[in-house]
Amino acid sequence: MSTATASTVEAVIAARKAAGSGALVGYLPVGFPDLRTSIEAAVALAENGVDVIELGLPYSDPVMDGPVIQEATLTALKGGFKLRHGFEAIAEITTRTNVPVLLMTYWNPVVQYGVDRFADDLIAAGGAGLITPDLIPDEARDWLAASSRTGLDRVFLAAPSSTDARLDQAVRQSRGFVYTVSTMGITGARSDVDVAAKTLVARLREAGATSTCVGLGISSPDQVREVLRYADGAIVGSALVKALADGGVSAVAATAAYLATGTLS
Amino acid sequence: MALRDQLGPYFGEYGGRFVPESLIAALDELDAAYTAAKVDPLFQEELAELHRTYTGRPSIITEVPRFAAHAGGARIILKREDLNHTGSHKINNVLGQAMLARRLGKTRLIAETGAGQHGVATATAAALFGMECVVFMGEVDTERQALNVARMRLLGAEVIPVTAGSRTLKDAINEALRDWVANVENTHYLLGTVAGPHPFPVMVRDFHKIIGEEARAQVLELTGALPDAVTACVGGGSNAMGIFHAFLDDPDVALYGYEAAGDGADTPRHAATITKGRPGVLHGARSYLLQDEDGQTVESHSISAGLDYPGVGPEHSWLADIGRAQYRPITDDEAMSAMRLLSMTEGIIPAIETAHALAGTIKLGLELGPDATILVNLSGRGDKDMETAGKYFDILDTATPMVEVPAGLSTLSGSIRDSL
Repeated sequence: MSTATASTVEAVIAARKAAGSGALVGYLPVGFPDLRTSIEAAVALAENGVDVIELGLPYSDPVMDGPVIQEATLTALKGGFKLRHGFEAIAEITTRTNVPVLLMTYWNPVVQYGVDRFADDLIAAGGAGLITPDLIPDEARDWLAASSRTGLDRVFLAAPSSTDARLDQAVRQSRGFVYTVSTMGITGARSDVDVAAKTLVARLREAGATSTCVGLGISSPDQVREVLRYADGAIVGSALVKALADGGVSAVAATAAYLATGTLS
Repeated sequence: MALRDQLGPYFGEYGGRFVPESLIAALDELDAAYTAAKVDPLFQEELAELHRTYTGRPSIITEVPRFAAHAGGARIILKREDLNHTGSHKINNVLGQAMLARRLGKTRLIAETGAGQHGVATATAAALFGMECVVFMGEVDTERQALNVARMRLLGAEVIPVTAGSRTLKDAINEALRDWVANVENTHYLLGTVAGPHPFPVMVRDFHKIIGEEARAQVLELTGALPDAVTACVGGGSNAMGIFHAFLDDPDVALYGYEAAGDGADTPRHAATITKGRPGVLHGARSYLLQDEDGQTVESHSISAGLDYPGVGPEHSWLADIGRAQYRPITDDEAMSAMRLLSMTEGIIPAIETAHALAGTIKLGLELGPDATILVNLSGRGDKDMETAGKYFDILDTATPMVEVPAGLSTLSGSIRDSL
């Protein structure tokens, strides 16, 4: 993992790990159900035990996402979401909390905005970096350069199907953490977190990973606790989005606090 | 390097692999299997035998002088992919990929479909190979192509109407990709066009290049010379790449792809990706794309379900940029007029997709004059489009038969004048 300059995300995760458990990463899409509420919801995550915020940028063709997140991001787009709203949201969230904010985005919006311009505006807004679900390091030349130049984190994915060579590449090129895909599938709550996740984290450790967070299918404190036995962080998305959709900001706050009990050893 | 020898993953700046990491292993596995099969005589023989005894290849060419009379008198020759088993060019690629899937030990085929032609072809191959088959089809398309839905179900496939997004081809591809990520172990995603992540664009092109190879020899034999121009409709662009490929290194043969312009390329309702789009990333590849300033995909519109797609294969984007092929828009009305014209002058009912190539060919014939020879890829037959055509021409009520031939022509000639 690149250590040229310190990654706040990496430091936050390492601190939770050193304290005996691990980090809770919480996902919410910006602009859902509207921009104002999404900012309040993200702040609520920070105030209720979430260590790293993963803010999803709505995109028209989210192939890595299941029905809950698809519906939320589509609602945001229909509500008039624009990329600049994403930067505005990050600026406000990072002013009101100390929790680092990573942006999760499909690649085309970044390409159209301009990779360098995107990186500059993200860092100006106080963002920590990008999680890129449909950008593999092999295709990421521009982003590798822009993130190295700005010091932004770049979180690439590792999958159970990845070869050792590809895991090695993901570990070398990622900064902040490696997004460990728990199962062969898309986002959405699942009753069991795949055993594949544990095996994959072990393989990533073998490749030298010191910061790995497991995502996909995690929706309960028990699952968070289980994942943190072997990984450095647990990522929860759909369960938080569903709480926001069903019960607004107070429900997100309660769900985050409940999930965070899984990080207490 | 000859233009024909492009192997991907990039065609100029287009192509690549913009997909979740979970799919990379499957794409590598597919690439390796395809690379091996390409030089494996057993594979090639079996595919050729299937084409002879099942697809019905070689497909014939048909010269259409009565149609050509309306196109400036140019000599017009149709490559009859509509006569293939299942009614379009799609079977060429489907049989090849199904054979690869079998080699890889996959037992389940999934596919996206717009018009239903690719879904029908995939369901056909699944039936032939004894594989499970699931076809994702936008809900809008299941309605306008109900007949093809019934065909797929009769062939034993499960058809899943996709209700996400614009409920058309683009969303069917999203859903197929999601299914593939989750089931990649036993499932092959039988992508139906020259788009998507590498190796799909090059592999699908190669399975279709037989169209151009046959047609090039057939036209040479018929006329003693290469055609002056080769034309095809372009949605994702598989039939166009199939017929263009053999001619890429014949500099005197002009190549024209006709995109769906819906209500008009200058209206918001069209699918003219190269004409009106700009480069971006969608469905695993960098290519021209209809999108807003934020990079959100814009919904496309066309009367033809098979061309109703906001993207295009990366090799076409490259051919457009280097000027080797030209891409022009054809409106719904122009296409429908050409559909009727070919039907009434030659007794051949083309698919509405294909009718875009025919409308473009009429314009091109008028440009090139009577000495020109134009080869058209007649990529599919129109049986599936009778519901749409019936409504469009108001001929579903048998009490009001359509009589005059030139009615459609006046519309078409008017639009031709406007565009020249």
